[in-house]
Amino acid sequence: MKALVLIALVASSLAVHAEETPPPMTIVSGNAGKNYLNISLDALIDVGASTEPNVPELETGGHDPAQRGFTLQNLELVFDGAVDPYFKGQANIVLQITPEGGTTIELEEAFVATTSIPHNLQIKAGQYLTAFGRINQQHPHSWDFVDQPLVTGLMFGGDGLRNVGAQMSWLMPTGVYSEFIVGVQNANGETATSFGYFPGESQFGRLILADVVKSLGDMLYVPRWTGSFDIGDNQTMVVGASGAFGPNGTGPGAKTEIGGVDLLWKWKSPRADKGFPFVKIQAEWLLRNYDAAATVTLPAAVFQDQGGYAQVVWGIKPMWTTGLRLEYVNGDVGDDPLDPRFQPRQRVSLDGTWYPTEYSKLRLQYSYDQRTGGFADANSIWLQFEFLLGAHAAHKF
Amino acid sequence: MKSTIRILAAAFTLCAASRASAALHVVATTPEYGAIASVIGGDKVVVTNLAKATEDPHFVDAKPSHIVTLNRADVLIEGGADLEAGWLPPLLDGARNPKIAVGAPGHIRANEQIQLMDVPATLDRSQGDVHAAGNPHFMMDPVNAKIVAAHIAKVFCSLDAASCPAYTANVQAFTAKLDGKISDWTAALAPFKGTPIVTYHPTWKYFAARFGLVSDLYLEPKPGIPPSPPHLADVMKKMNDEKIRVVLVEPFQSRKTAEAVADRTGAAVVDVCQFPGGLPGTANDYIALMDADVKAIIAGFTAKK
Repeated sequence: MKALVLIALVASSLAVHAEETPPPMTIVSGNAGKNYLNISLDALIDVGASTEPNVPELETGGHDPAQRGFTLQNLELVFDGAVDPYFKGQANIVLQITPEGGTTIELEEAFVATTSIPHNLQIKAGQYLTAFGRINQQHPHSWDFVDQPLVTGLMFGGDGLRNVGAQMSWLMPTGVYSEFIVGVQNANGETATSFGYFPGESQFGRLILADVVKSLGDMLYVPRWTGSFDIGDNQTMVVGASGAFGPNGTGPGAKTEIGGVDLLWKWKSPRADKGFPFVKIQAEWLLRNYDAAATVTLPAAVFQDQGGYAQVVWGIKPMWTTGLRLEYVNGDVGDDPLDPRFQPRQRVSLDGTWYPTEYSKLRLQYSYDQRTGGFADANSIWLQFEFLLGAHAAHKF
Repeated sequence: MKSTIRILAAAFTLCAASRASAALHVVATTPEYGAIASVIGGDKVVVTNLAKATEDPHFVDAKPSHIVTLNRADVLIEGGADLEAGWLPPLLDGARNPKIAVGAPGHIRANEQIQLMDVPATLDRSQGDVHAAGNPHFMMDPVNAKIVAAHIAKVFCSLDAASCPAYTANVQAFTAKLDGKISDWTAALAPFKGTPIVTYHPTWKYFAARFGLVSDLYLEPKPGIPPSPPHLADVMKKMNDEKIRVVLVEPFQSRKTAEAVADRTGAAVVDVCQFPGGLPGTANDYIALMDADVKAIIAGFTAKK
């Protein structure tokens, strides 16, 4: 009898306990805002060909077409959600299949950002894409073309400028939008090619030496200002200026400075259906001063180069866009006239995109590359396909 | 340097002072909430709408100027049923305004006390753009507008107790006027009870349910998926079989598609809108908008073809 009572008691306490325990977390894709964690998977795959057999010599980006035939450019897993009442967090994990058939994994971003500190401030910390210009802050699936601009590859390498660090942004209390951001990030590694980079690599024909970061003064400092205003009801203008200042790996005291300006203008129909029709013009221009230290065989030298792009995208009717991009870089070949990355070149790209829905797209792009330094001009054609599963993060402007 | 700081500090104080003394700054995602907030708030509020009355509310640009607007807001009114999911979250992130953060007293989710239709049992994008919370176009039922108006008045009262008597009087007047109008609309549409309508998107289901019409045929094959020729052929066959006489089209939807369907079925194209300002003479006036919609639909039913 006693045993029975005991069992009943235990059972009833278990039942009560079961009621109190929250149900296990289920991740329902697309049900954004109703989960602790939003999760999504975005895949970018392309197929195409180029008159240039060595495609990586042509395409400067780590998520650009890597070979004739198929490339899995980017398979991005995104996790995001509110950490607690004070922070939100996000992680972007990217998988790729190399031309050799191996699978690589990289932690593209993993950061927390404050949600409730006063005075219009916001702090972000972790691994994140540096707030420099427009393209550098966007993930490949939100680009308007199959590949990254040449100038991004020239100044920031294949994976853009990003590193572990922290930044603070201030929304100024002005009537028009004006935001000021200051960031401090590590200056070394593969994702800071114009700065510390890593030992064994070379820039401007100069060998990169061991670790440049000795003190806080050897970090990468990145200020940025963005302003925006509307022109009437249907046009919006966004302008920005960015800088990136840090040590480079050619020797003690060597510094790099990069400056950039960017512009976005968009017109959208007052009767927009799914956001169409629209016309969007975007342009960026970057300048670099690479102050290389003297080596045993080479004197100290300053390499200056610049480049940029201008593109127009026309959203013709719901789910159809076409775009034209013009690019120019006047790379300084420095002490290695054969380094293909630094050859002055121009490129023109024309593309057309069909979005069956917001969750998929099919893009056809033709590019003509005009190269110098003994590298032949190239014609390339790429067909890109994207699909997205899960929570669709809203687009920033 | 010192003088710059002093000027900045003065500017800050000025901003703070002008904001403290001024009315409640109310931001509405779509214009029907803005219109109702204006009626309830009267001269005690300043209302700004983010979406235009004539554009697709699912795809509004998250413009930086909206961030500035939200940064200064005391109250935000959103539908809350994922209609704004594609553009409101980055605006709220950028706005850094605790007064209207998710869960704050100044953040009104209009759907909170509303029974939504079409709540999906499973979330499956092969079925089109299905909203997890249910069909977000609930303001097309004016009875729901009364619930939302009461909700807005309650929040205004909690944030600005001094003006509460005015808000209460205004919401009572609005509700009384709307009640009268609902009787008029119900009477006007009574002869058409059970009449089917064709719409572009499942926007008019709440309206149809309230006034006894039947809305289950859409130009979109699935929500958010553009019309395809085979689907339109099916729609036209059903329209001919069931003698459906009207195709409703909103300012941002393709009138050409609606006209092509109407031409081949002897139906009338009826210009309607979900948002005040989307039809002539309805700017910032929810009741005028519903009046215009009801009149247009009746005109469509009675049009001789």
